[in-house]
Amino acid sequence: MNTLNPAVDTFEKSIADVDRAQVKVDVRGLNFFYGKTHSLKGVSIPVAKNKATALIGPSGCGKSTLLRTLNRMYALYPGQRAEGEIMLDGQNILGPGVDLAKLRARVGMVFQKPTPFPMSIYDNVAFGVRLYENLSKPDMDARVEEALTRAALWNEVKDNLKGSGLGLSGGQQQRLCVARGVAVRPEVLLLDEPTSALDPISSAKLEETVMQLKADYTIVIVTHNLGQAARVSDYTGFMYLGELVEFGPTDELFTRPATQRTSDYITGRFG
Amino acid sequence: MSDAALPSAGPPARRAKPRGSLIGQVFEGLCFGAATLLLASLGGIIVSLLIGGWPAISKFGIGFLFSSTWNPVTDVYGAAGPIVGTLITAALALIMALPIAGGVAFFLTELCPAPLRRPIGTAVELLAGIPSIVYGMWGLFVFAPLFARWIQLPLMAAAKPGSILEALTTGIPNGSGILPASIILAIMILPFMAATLRELLLTVPAAVRESAYGLGATTAEVVLSVTLPYVRQGAIGAVMLGLGRALGETMAVTFIIGNSHAFPKSLFDSGSTIASTIANEFTEATSPIHTAALISLGLVLFLITFVVLGLARLMLRQQGAKL
Repeated sequence: MNTLNPAVDTFEKSIADVDRAQVKVDVRGLNFFYGKTHSLKGVSIPVAKNKATALIGPSGCGKSTLLRTLNRMYALYPGQRAEGEIMLDGQNILGPGVDLAKLRARVGMVFQKPTPFPMSIYDNVAFGVRLYENLSKPDMDARVEEALTRAALWNEVKDNLKGSGLGLSGGQQQRLCVARGVAVRPEVLLLDEPTSALDPISSAKLEETVMQLKADYTIVIVTHNLGQAARVSDYTGFMYLGELVEFGPTDELFTRPATQRTSDYITGRFG
Repeated sequence: MSDAALPSAGPPARRAKPRGSLIGQVFEGLCFGAATLLLASLGGIIVSLLIGGWPAISKFGIGFLFSSTWNPVTDVYGAAGPIVGTLITAALALIMALPIAGGVAFFLTELCPAPLRRPIGTAVELLAGIPSIVYGMWGLFVFAPLFARWIQLPLMAAAKPGSILEALTTGIPNGSGILPASIILAIMILPFMAATLRELLLTVPAAVRESAYGLGATTAEVVLSVTLPYVRQGAIGAVMLGLGRALGETMAVTFIIGNSHAFPKSLFDSGSTIASTIANEFTEATSPIHTAALISLGLVLFLITFVVLGLARLMLRQQGAKL
């Protein structure tokens, strides 16, 4: 474990590196501001390709904020700004002249609550594909089926593709949102507490989905559920008060945390 | 407490008297009275319109709706002219106002820089509050001459004899007629529709918008494909309310429509609406049949508005079922 030099040194830290050749997204010295509130402080975290990276930490620690910088979703809101570097395949996505629509097509996102669009199940999945690709009807059908299959939803909706996405149960809606995100074939998929609004069975199905998606996608998942982080992720970052306190392979971080604060958090002593 | 031993024996006399019964009863009575009063006045209006208009209805029958003769001298009345004028002006106003209202609403919710949002939003609401008589005066004294000079005359001059354009633009170039009235109506209903659409768009959850942006959609794609469909039920309601206002608007239209009972032959021709006809003639209606004809006109307007609202409900229900 060689430690990167963190910009801010408030807490004891332990940041493991991953094989540089395997890094898909490299966050370097990221600072984030909501107006005057400094909510990410010098965060550096490597995200490995075709692996799942989990972000854990108590509420308000900045993990969702970090996620929202990776596709620059924050840019929708005036007064929010990010400083530092986020290299996606070597290109700084925080730099000027980045086409945000294209970036977001490469870096997909699934939200905490299901957000189906007010249209049919089929159109929900096809929506993002139609923005960038001009597929024939059979090709589009195949793409929709593939996406729904990947999201473990195909068997439940294949006879009702023309039905409204709003008519599905909460768990199905969330898997529909995963299918919608997968259908556009992004390189990175961001999941922001994707199971927090779901029942245990739906959560388990979604976790299953995430684990299968790892083969083809780079995944970053924010979760409050430590068991979930341990089950689905390969790397885990523990964040606290806007800083990345510890980052390393998931099995090491959960069994032999390097810092006291991480140890306290994962054993339930605070947070 | 003796009841406790025999729970099923005693009649529920005590339970029939709720706690705080007097206040509760008065409250319920007042609410019931308010609702009943509303229904009663609705029924009363329909009945009085029917009674007042009966002489005309019984004399002219269903032909009242289809005849375009409106002649107070011979006491022969047909409402086709005002009915057509009402429908055309309202429809044209809606067609003109809706895209602009949508544009204002989208701009305010998606594109407008934060410091400008409040001033523009307030301005829109102020516009909605201008009394219609002011719009009417402005329309007649300011808008009509400009319209005649810069739109009507050039269009008439440009029209080739025998062309469709000529058919649409015949009329006296004085700036009053069907199209100018529709434009004034459009200006009047625009702020209301824009304000309502804006409120609706603000109800779209941020996560839904972000999801659409998150798939790589541009602002236009997000608005047209996601946020607008998300609020379409409410949007149809807003449009129908705007249409209702355009159908019933009186003063502004009376000022500028030209007030001719004949069937309007072109966009610039003088015409009349139901409301403008009633406003113009009520004080001068001397014969009972004339008054009755005007009251029947009121009934017709009432029914048209009813049908529009009914259609809106039907569309909402069908869309709700489809969704």
